[in-house]
Amino acid sequence: METINTLQEFMLHTKNITYVLMVVALLGITGFWLFLTERDDD
Amino acid sequence: MSEDTATMGKPTLSPFNIVAGVILLVGGILTILRFTQGLDAVTNLSDYNPWGIWIGFDLLVGVALAAGGFVTSAAVYLFGMKHYHAAVRPAILTGFLGYALVVLALHYDVGRPWRLPYPFIMQRGTTSLLFEVAACVALYLTVLFIEFSPAALEWLGLKRARSIVLKLTILLTIFGVVLSTLHQSSLGALFLIAPSKLHPLWYTPYLPVYFFVTAVIAGLSMVIFESTLSHRFFSHKMDAAHLAEKDTVPLGFGKAAAFVLAGYFIIKVIGISAGNTWHYLATGYGAWYLVEVLGFVALPAFLYAVGVRDKNITLIRWTAAWTVLGIVVNRFNICLVAFNWHLPASERYFPHWMEIGISVFIVTLGIVIYRFIVTRMPVLYEHPDYDAH
Amino acid sequence: MSLSRRKFLGWIGAAGMTAAAGRKASAATTHHFEGYPESMAVLHDTTFCIGCRRCEGACNTVNELPAPEVPFTDLNVLEKQRRTTSKAYTVVNQKPGNASGPLFVKNQCNHCLEPACASACFVNAFTKTKEGAVVYDASVCVGCRYCMIACPFEIPTYEYDSAFSPRIMKCTMCHPRVLEGKLPGCVESCPTEALIFGKRDDLLNIARQRITRRPNNYVDHIYGEREMGGTSWLYLSGMPFETIGMRMDLGVTPAPELTAGALGAVPMVVGIWPVLLTGIYAMSKRKEKIAAEEKAQALATALADADAQATAKMDAAMEKAKQEKATAIEKAVKEALEAEAKARAEIEAEAEAAAAAPPQEAPDEDDKDD
Ligand code: SF4
Ligand code: SF4
Repeated sequence: METINTLQEFMLHTKNITYVLMVVALLGITGFWLFLTERDDD
Repeated sequence: MSEDTATMGKPTLSPFNIVAGVILLVGGILTILRFTQGLDAVTNLSDYNPWGIWIGFDLLVGVALAAGGFVTSAAVYLFGMKHYHAAVRPAILTGFLGYALVVLALHYDVGRPWRLPYPFIMQRGTTSLLFEVAACVALYLTVLFIEFSPAALEWLGLKRARSIVLKLTILLTIFGVVLSTLHQSSLGALFLIAPSKLHPLWYTPYLPVYFFVTAVIAGLSMVIFESTLSHRFFSHKMDAAHLAEKDTVPLGFGKAAAFVLAGYFIIKVIGISAGNTWHYLATGYGAWYLVEVLGFVALPAFLYAVGVRDKNITLIRWTAAWTVLGIVVNRFNICLVAFNWHLPASERYFPHWMEIGISVFIVTLGIVIYRFIVTRMPVLYEHPDYDAH
Repeated sequence: MSLSRRKFLGWIGAAGMTAAAGRKASAATTHHFEGYPESMAVLHDTTFCIGCRRCEGACNTVNELPAPEVPFTDLNVLEKQRRTTSKAYTVVNQKPGNASGPLFVKNQCNHCLEPACASACFVNAFTKTKEGAVVYDASVCVGCRYCMIACPFEIPTYEYDSAFSPRIMKCTMCHPRVLEGKLPGCVESCPTEALIFGKRDDLLNIARQRITRRPNNYVDHIYGEREMGGTSWLYLSGMPFETIGMRMDLGVTPAPELTAGALGAVPMVVGIWPVLLTGIYAMSKRKEKIAAEEKAQALATALADADAQATAKMDAAMEKAKQEKATAIEKAVKEALEAEAKARAEIEAEAEAAAAAPPQEAPDEDDKDD
């Protein structure tokens, strides 16, 4: 287990994950909107 | 149309062509110089002043002025202001060209341009706001390209591809607004890391908000400004819908710009108060700050309002140009004038004429390409084979 | 951090889980970071510096930098205020000082505990090593020079004269030498006690002791202890630090904290903007739909009205037509009947007449046939 010793490292670690999550979020919310409105009649 | 196309096909010695030709020629020489001799040969950049006008003008101003694309498409497609529909394509086109030129300019500025994709493919410096800017600009350039592609596809007669792209309009518009919000504000946030170098009147934690709001102002004003120029020079290319917008666009966009400017003025004052930097207003930098805030924010807000109330299109147009100039002043202040304010005058930066030359070259390139496109593709008119998209 | 063997073995079992959970912050609950334990630093006691420029010379040698324009033995350059350049990682500057003569200050990368350059670099080219040095990797550097904008000490420099492989140039705290167990070049060459290398914690203690022992010789401040979140170069001075060209207005906020707010807003925008914008879109579309429906309805009502009127008119017309038709038929029938009756009467009359006529006429007709 690696320990994080500096704020810089902590930011790097969390932001790396955040960027991946943001991509997933953008794709996910698009998909969810389609799922949500699929049966709308217009 | 036919007359103009002929002119374009066979270059004539019109004043525009001569001037543009000379600029492009000189720019080409400077380009060779830059890429064979290094930055030192063409710039006044130094270890104290690592960023010059290629960042201050080409990147910061360029991106702000290209905001018209996202502002207009959001207004029309998301906020339902369908009556400005004809303004979308020219705005998207200028947006796309603007961003493309920004990326081109960055190739001049960075030391090793062939490594520009490195932040994505080699190592991701995710703690950097510049990473955020780079990612968003790259993505947004793609979005703008797709958004503009229907015009090119109509020109090329590729109906199937065009209809696929049109189905994505809303999705692309939303992505465009998200990406624009992010990188417009992040450009301001770039300076958050240097509180000791930027003058306290300009340094504030609100920088990202200011940059975003000014981008909206810039976008609105640029649409008016461009439509003025287009109506002046390309009105023979316009169809009835575009010609009809000659007055409605300045009135509507001018009204919006006036109100956003008013809001921006308020948050500027709040910024001074939050930073408790009132006393700096009495200094030389303070005077210059007041010129920026009163002369380029409060004044255009008022002039726009008068123009809208009196339906004075000429006044609105001049105000738009003035506001665009104000954006240039603001970006220059943050990146160049108020940056490194603590250094003695001898260490301060002033652009080399060749830096200015390259910037002029890039702007000219943009105008020439814009002219090429609007005289060929259905930008200022609806393509006869397609109905309103 | 020393672990007992048992504890270590115990952790191995959990290793699978922790690996999945990712890295753990040393103080995850408060997000406060103390930096690498046991990391090395240099203490620069400016009161001992004699301005001999030997550190500059040593730096030039160990880093294989280009030969200087004036030799390192020429001390006249000290009076001119210099800064780090792409050909000199460190410079010594002379400051006016006080009655007892001028002061000298060495300037180089301070190897921040939370480096602004590292926070700013978009390819993560800088690394704060556990030994204390902030090292730079030229093999990924794009040359955007944002690190130079970010560094509060104005240390990184750029090879502007190189067209094809410009690099950021800055002090490495002789990281390779330190890994070999050697002293940094400048420290090794220093003839006085102006530069000492050691663990940062120890050096802070030494510095404090020096201040306490000779309070008249020092200002009561260890520069670098807290500046910008702390640095791995520490300074002592006999004169206020501003007077020897070191900024006291940098504050103690570590660089990554300056941008944390803006960076934190990014995922919020990504998360909530699409929702907001789609909402606005849906609303404007709904408004449009309702408007369209209302229009359609209005149209329908109008049409229905028109329809009803039309039907009524048509009915009336039909009725009339029917009546007319009926009359016409009646009339026709009547006429037809009358005509028939008339015709029948005529035939009967003829027949009667024929019966009453003489029968001779018939043989006449037979003769003709012969
Ligand atoms: S002094 Fe400047 S270059 Fe050195 S580590 Fe700190 S921020 Fe980076
Ligand atoms: S110049 Fe190089 S090291 Fe500095 S921030 Fe840019 S990519 Fe990173």
